[in-house]
Amino acid sequence: MSQSVLSVRNLSKSFGGLKAVSDVSFDLVKGELLAMIGPNGAGKTTCFNMLNGQLKADAGQVMLNGESILGFSPRKVWRKGVGRTFQITATYASMTVRENVQMALISHHRRTWDIWRPASGQHVEEAMDLLALVGMKEQAERAAAILAYGDLKRLELAIALAHAPELLLMDEPTAGMAPKERVRLMQLTADIVAERNISVLFTEHDMDVVFAHAHRIMVLNRGELIASGSVDEVRNDARVQEVYLGGGTLFEGQAHG
Amino acid sequence: MSFYFAQFLTGLSSASSLFLVACGLSLIFGVSRVVNFAHGSFYMLGAYVAYSLVQYVPGSILGFWGSVIAAALIVALVGVVVEILILKRIYNAPELYQLVATFGVVLVMQDAILLVFGGEDQFGPRAPGLDGVVRIFGEPIPEYDLLLIALGPIVLCGLWLLLNRTRWGVLVRAATLDREMVASLGVNQSWLFTTVFFLGSFLAGLGGALQVPRVSINLLMDLSIIAEAFVVVVIGGMGSIPGAFIAALLIGELNAFGVLVLPQATIVLAFVVMAVVLILRPYGLLGKPETLAHSAGQVELPIRPASTLAKSVAGLLLVGLVIMPFLAGEFAIVLATDVLIFALFAASLHFIMSNGGMVSFGHAAYFGLGAYGAAFVIKYAGGSMEIALLAAPLMAAAGALVFGWFCVRLSGVYMAMLTLAAAQIVWSTAFQWQDLTGGDDGLLGIWPSEWAKSKTAYYYLALVLCGGSILAMRRIIFSPFGYTLRGGRDNPNRTESIGINLRQHQWAGFVMAGMFAGIAGGVYVFSKGSIFPDEAAIPRSVDALVMVLLGGVQTLSGPVVGAGVFRLLEDEISRLDYWRAILGVIIISIVVIAPEGIAGFIRKIAMKAGFEHGEEASS
Amino acid sequence: MKILKFMAGCVLAAGVAFTAIAAQAAEPIRIGEINSYSRLPAFLDPYKKGWQLALEEVNAAGGIKGRPLEFVDRDDAGKPGNAVTIAEEMVSKEKVTLLAGTFLSHIGLAVTDFAKQNKVFFLAAEPLADAIVWKSGNRYTFRLRPSTTMQAAMLAKEAAKTGAKKWATVAPNYAYGKEAVAAFKKELTKLVPDATFVEEQWPTVFKIDAGPVVRAVEAAKPDGIYNVTFGGDLAQFVREGNLRGTFENRTVVSLLSGEPEYLEPLKGEAPKGWIVTGYPQGAIETPEHKVFFDAYMKKWGEAPKLGSVVGYNVVASLATLLKKADAYDAESLVNAMKGLEVMSPSGKFTFRAQDHQATMGTWVGKTDVKDGAGVMVDWFYADGADYQPSDEDVKSMRPAE
Repeated sequence: MSQSVLSVRNLSKSFGGLKAVSDVSFDLVKGELLAMIGPNGAGKTTCFNMLNGQLKADAGQVMLNGESILGFSPRKVWRKGVGRTFQITATYASMTVRENVQMALISHHRRTWDIWRPASGQHVEEAMDLLALVGMKEQAERAAAILAYGDLKRLELAIALAHAPELLLMDEPTAGMAPKERVRLMQLTADIVAERNISVLFTEHDMDVVFAHAHRIMVLNRGELIASGSVDEVRNDARVQEVYLGGGTLFEGQAHG
Repeated sequence: MSFYFAQFLTGLSSASSLFLVACGLSLIFGVSRVVNFAHGSFYMLGAYVAYSLVQYVPGSILGFWGSVIAAALIVALVGVVVEILILKRIYNAPELYQLVATFGVVLVMQDAILLVFGGEDQFGPRAPGLDGVVRIFGEPIPEYDLLLIALGPIVLCGLWLLLNRTRWGVLVRAATLDREMVASLGVNQSWLFTTVFFLGSFLAGLGGALQVPRVSINLLMDLSIIAEAFVVVVIGGMGSIPGAFIAALLIGELNAFGVLVLPQATIVLAFVVMAVVLILRPYGLLGKPETLAHSAGQVELPIRPASTLAKSVAGLLLVGLVIMPFLAGEFAIVLATDVLIFALFAASLHFIMSNGGMVSFGHAAYFGLGAYGAAFVIKYAGGSMEIALLAAPLMAAAGALVFGWFCVRLSGVYMAMLTLAAAQIVWSTAFQWQDLTGGDDGLLGIWPSEWAKSKTAYYYLALVLCGGSILAMRRIIFSPFGYTLRGGRDNPNRTESIGINLRQHQWAGFVMAGMFAGIAGGVYVFSKGSIFPDEAAIPRSVDALVMVLLGGVQTLSGPVVGAGVFRLLEDEISRLDYWRAILGVIIISIVVIAPEGIAGFIRKIAMKAGFEHGEEASS
Repeated sequence: MKILKFMAGCVLAAGVAFTAIAAQAAEPIRIGEINSYSRLPAFLDPYKKGWQLALEEVNAAGGIKGRPLEFVDRDDAGKPGNAVTIAEEMVSKEKVTLLAGTFLSHIGLAVTDFAKQNKVFFLAAEPLADAIVWKSGNRYTFRLRPSTTMQAAMLAKEAAKTGAKKWATVAPNYAYGKEAVAAFKKELTKLVPDATFVEEQWPTVFKIDAGPVVRAVEAAKPDGIYNVTFGGDLAQFVREGNLRGTFENRTVVSLLSGEPEYLEPLKGEAPKGWIVTGYPQGAIETPEHKVFFDAYMKKWGEAPKLGSVVGYNVVASLATLLKKADAYDAESLVNAMKGLEVMSPSGKFTFRAQDHQATMGTWVGKTDVKDGAGVMVDWFYADGADYQPSDEDVKSMRPAE
């Protein structure tokens, strides 16, 4: 695939003999929403952490637009145009919503060493635009510490979009949210990435969310990629059914993390 | 050969003595995460109580050993009282609050012991039946030393059994690993902490009581043992009792053989070893990385530029400061100069600690380095005051550059302990390097240039330098760099994941804070005319912590208010008898009753009254 | 009746007020006294009792030229920076005539320098550092107690008589210890040119780990040991040394160890036969000491310590000075202090004009144990005047005024 944004080949990692991820390969093309699913302990988080630089891989290759980014620090991965959101939201509690976004913009414009001009006056418009995009403009001056959880998720999305990434890594984007809100957040995400032509790789427990929004699904089990394809292909894959038999609710669309 | 073996045994007995004190400290820290400065006071109390029991209980009903055990039990009860009355209320507060509260206990205990036992040194009797020597390879070894050598491992084994073979021990170990987990298991944490404090204080009291036949008991025992016990605990790994044992052996033997090779360097040696261990193994020999349990401290509000009201108050204050010399007497000017200096010193600590989330227990190092830097220019380079005041921040920044590189690699209380070690290295170097620093006799005759000689002129100089620095720091706090530090404190993960090299920023922040402390040190030395190692010692670091806390950790104007109140308070109450106890009680009260400090309290009132806009943090 | 009572009360009150005003006319002479009272109560409590006794006596005898003498005493908590601030306050706010006090050498030096800078008269009471009158000496500072070098010289003279050649030294690792060792070496080698120093131990002050130190001294097998440790360090050193027999068949000379402050806590374990400087309290039979001793016992119910003598002598010196001086500005006080002769419980002494050091001496003798307590025996009073450097030496050491 020539226009793949992210290309992963033979990614492996073991912890003391236990293979957490073995030989995983996949591609992600521009504008695509790719879901990575699998039971607990399947290796999703390990995979994620290797992609964003938090964890060193044992072997394999990760190419972003044809450039290897494996072994880069999280900072460098970010600089290459990869944004991320966390399973448990990571925002600055003692800053306002707007300042949270401004921080990402300040870093993007490499102004963190400025010790003189007030931070709150920098990139205000850009920040407000991003907040408008995620529907948080009205709450711009509130402290992040007192936001509702759903709003924190939106804020995090705005932060992740601040440096105009090509690729978004979203770890359990809807975890801890009410079902109705999940759909709304994912719809918002889908709209934004479509509009901006951003690729998204996300992990998710809620199959409603996955089936409703993912363009393509990868299924991991015991560190191995056992299936990959469109929603229907994965639904009908025998091995996937086997893996999820214990949980059993994959196809009723009710499983919650 | 036999000589070296005997020296080895002597080292072992010192190691045992040290271990007995350190293991209680480590145990308490491991479970409650309290850095207990008062542990040294419990040790001292144990010695005094045991001495008094041996000496004055009629007919020696208890005998020597009964007295030792009784003393340890009494100390344990005192420890429990301190835990229930003070520490229980502040377990969820940041490390700083606990450290300062226990320092308040130290002050109270010093005066309480002076009041009860008197000021004279006491020299206890030797242990009955163990007052002679035995010959090992022809070398005389005191019998009591042999007992101590045995006692160390016995206590170690006893603790091991207690921690591994009892339900209580299992809970304690679990709490050491993960406090939240134990709490969620439905264990009564409050009870667990109290029992741990009982045992820890018992061990401190025992350690002190067992020293009765060896040392003279005096009122300086508390602070001299606590620095050493900290070294042992940190080298061993905080919370690890076997680690404390190994570290005590290391320090004991280092001392025993160090005096043969480098008798002059024994002060510095222990701290250098500590620094080296922490660089190689940041969590100590047997310590484990901190579980990132975010303490449920109060969520801080976003910082905002001063409101009109606050600006007018600050403006009025500035006008007041400018016209003050025309209205007040000469001594008021001297005192105001002191306040300015300490306000800057406290603000520089507040800058990294509160805004940057890097707790420094050894900020006096940079104050001292600045002061010495200025003094060197005058003494050795024949420079003027103006050049010296430039050299002060440079010297302090250079020190912070070196120490900061190591310190920012750790976080939380581990970082705090490393900053303490750094400060002790600076202090002991100043104390030891007599040719350069004059040692304890200090450097004299460092007075201002002719134009700044009058108290008033020097006051204005201090006002410009200290006031300007404080405003500059405030400016930095509101700048992107300041926000980056603040972000790193709030959420290091987020910071790294928006492409920021947090460690580098923290390092730079550390250096800036050191530099500003250095300016304070430079202004200080010219106001006093002399500099001594005391200015880099632990009490000076604690002063800064108390000032920040007094003013309010979460308030930008806090350190300035805190420094003013602290300095004036100290000046006022030091006229009274037992003023240390009074100061101690004030410190403890503030930590327990008004943890938001004075400025924080005023802000809260102002907000309630609607003068300041602000949202109530609901979570 | 009530009204009468009230009026009587008014008259009485007016009378009291009037007397108070009259008393105020004889304005007291205020002395600023700075010391580390809270840091070192063991040494400064007797000191304070000493000057309180003397103050009472001076005022009972009519004060100075009809004016009462008043001490404004403050605690510096053992911090030199505090001491300087307090000195500022005493001069500018309390309006004291002069400053006195200090115990720790570094605080004494800080105030010495303050006195020079601000041209204030300062009598350093207890600090021993040579620098106070020599290297850092200045026009405005005088010192009462015999200095480190004076006391080391007293001991060196006695040590030379013992015939010991191979020496080991044990001293706390800070300025005082180093100065005391250097002075002893210098004085001893003047008298015994072939004396050698085979071992030096420098335990941390107030933190001695006495076992290893004693063993290191033992290993060097010296004929004589020169000890400078004091207080708790001394007690540990003595105990560990006694246990191991380190002091047997050796000459031991020890600075200050005969002072009751240090000797008394050792009780029955006090060393025997050490040559020390100190204060044999009740055994001194001179009339001037007898009077002091009895008055002190009467007032405080305990025997005086050396600090008590120093405290008493501070007041004695200042009272004599203030009686002699025509005016109480710093220059007049300094001029009057030079060569001032003072009568005191420890005998007559003079404040030397050339280096501002008092010739107050101390007692030199041997330690012994009697009735389970350490005492000094075979002692004599070493007059400070006999242990002074030559005037040329003083000139070379003291900065020009």
